[in-house]
Amino acid sequence: MEFILGHLNYWFVIVLMMTGLYIVISRGNLVKKIVGLNVFQVSVFMLYISIGKVTGGTAPIFPTDLQGKIQIDPTIVYSNPLPHVLILTAIVVGIATTSLGLALIVRIREEYNTIEEQDILDQDAATAHAENLAHGDAMGGRA
Amino acid sequence: MSSEAQHVALSLQDHLPVLQVLIPFLAGPLIVLLGSRTLAWPVAFIASFAAFVCSGLLLSQVMNGGFISYHIGGWAPPLGIEYRVDAANALVLLLISGISTVVLPFAKPSVADEIPQRHHTLFYATFMLCLTGLLGVVITGDAFNVFVFLEISSLSTYVLVAKGASKDRRALSAAYDYLIMGTIGATFFVIGLGLLYMATGTLNMADMADRIAALGTNRTVQAGFAFIIIGMGLKAAMFPLHHWLPNAYNYAPSAVTAFLAATATKAAIYVMLRFMFSVFQPDFVLDMGATWIIGLLAVIAMFVASFIAVFQNNFKRMLAYSSIAQIGYMLLGISMFNLNGLTATMVHLFNHGITKAALFMAVGALVLRTGTTFYDRIAGMGRVMPFTGAAVVVGGLSLIGVPGTAGFISKWVLVQAAFDNGWWWMALAIMASSLLAVIYVWRIVEALYLHAPNPEAEHQEAPLMMLGPIWIMAGACVWFGFDTELTLGTARTAAEALLAGSAGMAEIPTAAMH
Amino acid sequence: MDTNTLIFLAMLLPTLAMFGNMGFHNKPDLRDGFTFICAVLTFTSVVAILSNVGNATTEEISLFEVFPGLDIAFNVEPLGLLFALVASGLWIVTHVYGLGYMRSNNESHHARFFACFSGAIASAIGIAFAANMFTLFLFYEILTISTYPLVAHKGTPEAIRGARIYLGVLIGSSIALQLTAVIWTYTLAGTLDFTQGGILEGKVSGVLVPILLGLYAFGIGKAALMPFHKWLPAAMVAPTPVSALLHAVAVVKAGVFTMLKVGIYIFGIDFLAETGASEWLMWLAAYSIIAASVIAMQQDNLKKRLAYSTVSQLSYITLGMALATQMGVLGGGMHIAMHAVGKITLFMCAGAIYVATHKTEISQMQGLGRVMPITFAAFLIGALSIIGLPPLGGSWSKWLLMVGAADAGHQIMIGVLMLSSLLNVAYLLPIVGRGFFLKDATNNAVVGIREAPLLVWLPPALTAVGCVIMFFYAGHIQAFLMPITGVVR
Repeated sequence: MEFILGHLNYWFVIVLMMTGLYIVISRGNLVKKIVGLNVFQVSVFMLYISIGKVTGGTAPIFPTDLQGKIQIDPTIVYSNPLPHVLILTAIVVGIATTSLGLALIVRIREEYNTIEEQDILDQDAATAHAENLAHGDAMGGRA
Repeated sequence: MSSEAQHVALSLQDHLPVLQVLIPFLAGPLIVLLGSRTLAWPVAFIASFAAFVCSGLLLSQVMNGGFISYHIGGWAPPLGIEYRVDAANALVLLLISGISTVVLPFAKPSVADEIPQRHHTLFYATFMLCLTGLLGVVITGDAFNVFVFLEISSLSTYVLVAKGASKDRRALSAAYDYLIMGTIGATFFVIGLGLLYMATGTLNMADMADRIAALGTNRTVQAGFAFIIIGMGLKAAMFPLHHWLPNAYNYAPSAVTAFLAATATKAAIYVMLRFMFSVFQPDFVLDMGATWIIGLLAVIAMFVASFIAVFQNNFKRMLAYSSIAQIGYMLLGISMFNLNGLTATMVHLFNHGITKAALFMAVGALVLRTGTTFYDRIAGMGRVMPFTGAAVVVGGLSLIGVPGTAGFISKWVLVQAAFDNGWWWMALAIMASSLLAVIYVWRIVEALYLHAPNPEAEHQEAPLMMLGPIWIMAGACVWFGFDTELTLGTARTAAEALLAGSAGMAEIPTAAMH
Repeated sequence: MDTNTLIFLAMLLPTLAMFGNMGFHNKPDLRDGFTFICAVLTFTSVVAILSNVGNATTEEISLFEVFPGLDIAFNVEPLGLLFALVASGLWIVTHVYGLGYMRSNNESHHARFFACFSGAIASAIGIAFAANMFTLFLFYEILTISTYPLVAHKGTPEAIRGARIYLGVLIGSSIALQLTAVIWTYTLAGTLDFTQGGILEGKVSGVLVPILLGLYAFGIGKAALMPFHKWLPAAMVAPTPVSALLHAVAVVKAGVFTMLKVGIYIFGIDFLAETGASEWLMWLAAYSIIAASVIAMQQDNLKKRLAYSTVSQLSYITLGMALATQMGVLGGGMHIAMHAVGKITLFMCAGAIYVATHKTEISQMQGLGRVMPITFAAFLIGALSIIGLPPLGGSWSKWLLMVGAADAGHQIMIGVLMLSSLLNVAYLLPIVGRGFFLKDATNNAVVGIREAPLLVWLPPALTAVGCVIMFFYAGHIQAFLMPITGVVR
């Protein structure tokens, strides 16, 4: 019990991660896949943020006096700010990925008239089949 | 240490590591801001060439061992971001910037042919970003920085692949698949980093290495290792994580394929090497049994992917599968886990890069004249395009590993590594898989020469803008088959450094080195 | 001129001829004349090397180092010099023959044909003068690739199929097996230089020796040791000059030459004799000799029959190496020259018959001897030399091989060689007999057939005379080759 409660943040992260990955793999709808990918990424963000927390720590902001000099009080425990900073970058990357993914979906919809993976696969398979007929099937080719 | 004093001492040459990344990084936005179609290409080319010069200068400094440590913004590591250049990544830097510089002139006519005009400016901007990302991944000594640059290169790669849509809409679904797979891979990598950070509390690779060594092995570190290898394996198209590669290479514009095939997977392999040997110590990797797994997958890749390549009827797709097989050779070199093996990996990284660049550019020239890459359509084109055809033959021979070509050198060292381990059966297996390469290369040679030229194609040699780059690369394939000073020498230095494990934290930054 | 310059000249001139053919591809007379001059000069330089150094071994000249301990280097030693003499000398003859053949047969793509031909000679000379296994292997592969277009020359589906087998077997075996063996040797010995007495002694032992030898023996696909002989009959789709020079002289002799080099300078004959590692190879060679002869008897296509005969004769040389005695090796070395002259005569005659009558099958050749007496007489002489009857060259090499077999204590091999001679008689002489004595049932076939043009019948006549001359100079060749056994130093 202690093990479970003590690592509560990890359990959440793991559940979230698996949920996200499952959505990416199982959903046929391209937008839903992107959503899944987002969930997956966010779970990692949570992991980072949660490990930055130091028990009893406060926000890592150093108070300054009127001259702007930093007053460091060694008794105060601060949380680790570095993971937060890292995740800020990762969030930006995540947003870029999502927007690019969505943009691709828009283009795919224009070309294929569908955003269901199976339909796209079928259409691609049909194209490939036609090509093989035209250009010689694999080994039966001329070369 | 007082960073103030050192700042004074820094000259332009000492800033090379950051310039290496910064030049293409600034060129990207500059191209967009200029917004001029005529200026886009020159800016990109100049930036790429400047990066090439930077990498050449860097390599000349570290070729014989030692490393350069550069502190971004003067912040000392481990808190600040460190760029660290040694023989291993200087060679990869040279490869990446060199390929990009050679591919860009080729890209001009090829892109004009394959991509609608209104996209040209953005194409070159994206190309620059991709170059930045790849260079950054390789040069940085900060683990999280690797991720950031990796995503810069990946995101721009997805865009570049999708640009092939104007010729074949399947480029879009290929790019989408690549995006999903690539993001999963990158996220795996970040998870691994997070675990390592939890265990060590640092992100600087050298510092991390020191702390892992002090800490000893534990579950967190092991899990981190596994996540990182799998994440990078996805990027490197390690069998069986290669699924994105054939489609992405096949449908991307020719210039993009030439660039990516020669560089992207190589950068990922390099990162894998760096983590395995510099962050985790060689002993740790051995204990994990990772070499066996990687070796097994590598051998499967060598045979299965080559076998699939034999049955392709599309030149570009065939080369894509051959790439997967060749990546198998590089991974096999890692799994041999001796000096020759790592040398083989490093040298094959380079040699295969130039070989594939030559071949994929030749494909681009064929696409320009015939419109497709199917064997029956490019049949006989070797007769009407003698120089392109000859380049395909040279590249193909290098792919097989015929003596006198670059591919032979890497194969030689790899087989030597197998004998060093006493695995003579493995040596035979390597050679047997080369036989498959003979078959798939010879199918294309027969198609190019032993048929009547396709009457629908334009019967004309490729323009000089294309032939030049193609023959620079094809010539390099032959050159590096004889003069191995640069490739093999550097690779050996790199392998020695890698096998020695981490070099530890840099106590003295660049300026003090010379 | 000093020897080093001459070595480079001998390789440079054929290369020059290759580029000359490409450059002057639409000026046939200039092109062919230029090639002829190059051929003569090449032969002259090889002869000049001979007069410079005799049968001594020169210092090796290193062109450049590919990586430490591995360089492109050349030197002269008796065996290589003999091979270079044979290849460059017969090139002149074959070039003349090739001109007549290609022109009177209206073959296409003359420039490409002669360019590749010259390239093949350049690489054969490179093989001959290679000072280490690496250089030899490099030229070995170039030779394979430069001859590929010659085999596929006709461009028919049959030619393409033949060329595929040709390339597949040669590149396949050399990369999969020979290269492995070369790298293995390098790992074991740390060098690949051809050294008197071998470089492997004490470096490898036990069962690994025969395995390594096996990698070499099968990897040298050009030596056409069974079961890697299929490429040779397949290559017969090429125009006859190619079959004559390349598949009776340059390519196959490059194979057995490599085999001898490996046996003498990599393993060392003493080492082979001590370990008995080559015993299995001896039996395999013996099997090859007999089996190929038997298959040859069943062939109706003249060139195919000659091809199988070549397979059988090549195994003589392999056998000589595998016997691991001085006489055996000498016999093998001499057989390179003797068989080359004999077999090229036979092939050129086959080509002459084809030019004059367009007949390829032996069963159609009734009575041709009476209308083409010179061709058939040359064929007879060549055949007798191959069979090994005095006063023709082939008798000496076979004699030495038998002595070698006796030295090695394998008297049964003498029997094998005798049996093979009988089989040679059985598959070669009926062709001559059919030509001179049998009458065609209708007698139509012979009407209107005349001797082939001068350029086509003269070369085989010359080489036939060569067979006779070689008989009287065999002692010189033997003395010349003596140093390779390490006896007279």
